[in-house]
Amino acid sequence: MVAVTKLETFLDVLAGSQTPNDIQSLVEGLRESYGVSNAVYHAVNVGPMPYAALTYSSEWMQYYHDQKFVQVDPVVKGALRQFHPMDWKQLDWSGRGSREFLGEAITAGVCNQGLSVPIRGPNGQFALFTINDNCSDDSWEKFSKEYKRDMMLISHYIHRRVVEIIVPEDESDTRSLSPRETDSLRYLSLGFSRGQIADKLKISEHTLRVYIDSARHKLGALNTIHAVTTAFSRGLISF
Amino acid sequence: MIKYIYGDALDAFPKLRDTMFKDRAFQFKERLKWDVAVTDEGHEMDEYDALNPLYMIYELPDGTHGGSMRNLPTTAETMINDHFTNLTDGVQIISPLIWETTRFCLSPKVGKLASRVAASVCLAGCEAGIQFGLDSSVGVFDARMVHIYKRIGWEPEILGASDEGKDAISAGLWALDEASKANICAKSGISAEEVEGWYNASFPSISSSDILVA
Repeated sequence: MVAVTKLETFLDVLAGSQTPNDIQSLVEGLRESYGVSNAVYHAVNVGPMPYAALTYSSEWMQYYHDQKFVQVDPVVKGALRQFHPMDWKQLDWSGRGSREFLGEAITAGVCNQGLSVPIRGPNGQFALFTINDNCSDDSWEKFSKEYKRDMMLISHYIHRRVVEIIVPEDESDTRSLSPRETDSLRYLSLGFSRGQIADKLKISEHTLRVYIDSARHKLGALNTIHAVTTAFSRGLISF
Repeated sequence: MIKYIYGDALDAFPKLRDTMFKDRAFQFKERLKWDVAVTDEGHEMDEYDALNPLYMIYELPDGTHGGSMRNLPTTAETMINDHFTNLTDGVQIISPLIWETTRFCLSPKVGKLASRVAASVCLAGCEAGIQFGLDSSVGVFDARMVHIYKRIGWEPEILGASDEGKDAISAGLWALDEASKANICAKSGISAEEVEGWYNASFPSISSSDILVA
């Protein structure tokens, strides 16, 4: 039997997430599956109102808001201007306000280690995903190495689903599949091998892989089978 | 050495910034005759420079630009998706694990150092990909670059080309992984430690206990 990866488990839950409450449970579920203390998804300018799904205490969120910590929070500052996944230890903590903020955050259960993934979409769309935990620098380094890519994918898949839920009329990011992508998925669904499909489309297997990956991301699908079934259910491909 | 600099931080390095944009004007406008806009100061800049890209810039000992490239995430606006889908059979390449790399440029000043500078810039791209968990970078490039990438040891997978011959514009995909890094290091004689040193200097990390020491 093939072991189900943490990412596959996430994807299964994501597939059934239809409401903001479902997204909240999905984010809470990440704590257990990845063994971290907190997970946060925050869509800053996606819908008419900011949207967040997170595991911090409501007291801390209220306090953060009241103290206007957003102005000194290096995670926010870093994510607004950068787009690479950021380890908290690489952020600029040199300001006194930032360090005092961290002290209070840790007291409130926010933890000493964190990884934040800024999410950029079309037209300045901006969201942020964070996981954090209490552990040594060494164990965090190990965790990051193993799961950074998972976090990159998870952050974007949550984001795509949130966009679908809170602004269903927005299709700018779905950007419908090109004929090449639908052809690739259709041949896959018919059971052709990648080599055969590449031959049919007169492209290399590597190029085919990029097209399939690209289609998968647009459909919010983690694996090829899921991409094919999603494309079918949306009427994007047919026999 | 290589510096990784986001667009909004370029002003801290005025000499590096100005010489980079001037070298780009020379390479893309004058030499390759691309249809690009050049400002009154002689800087080649476009709308993607306004999206706060991450530049990887080779800094010469006198503080000027030796070579560079520009990176943006493909989940937002990119040159290839906005203007060159004719090279990818109409496919918009969008993935959190793929960045777009454009404006790969060398200063005419580098002379004999050219291959070392070019390899360094490519290594900087590879290293960022490895550190940030990316898969590949995608980009549009001039056919005349093909042999340069070949010499560097980092040949792109060609997704499509506009034409044949020396005026061809191609869309390519570069793997960002340890194998590519090792290959470019071996060909250029640049050590992996040196490359990691550039990354660490641009993205310094402190220990979590030090953060709290006020």
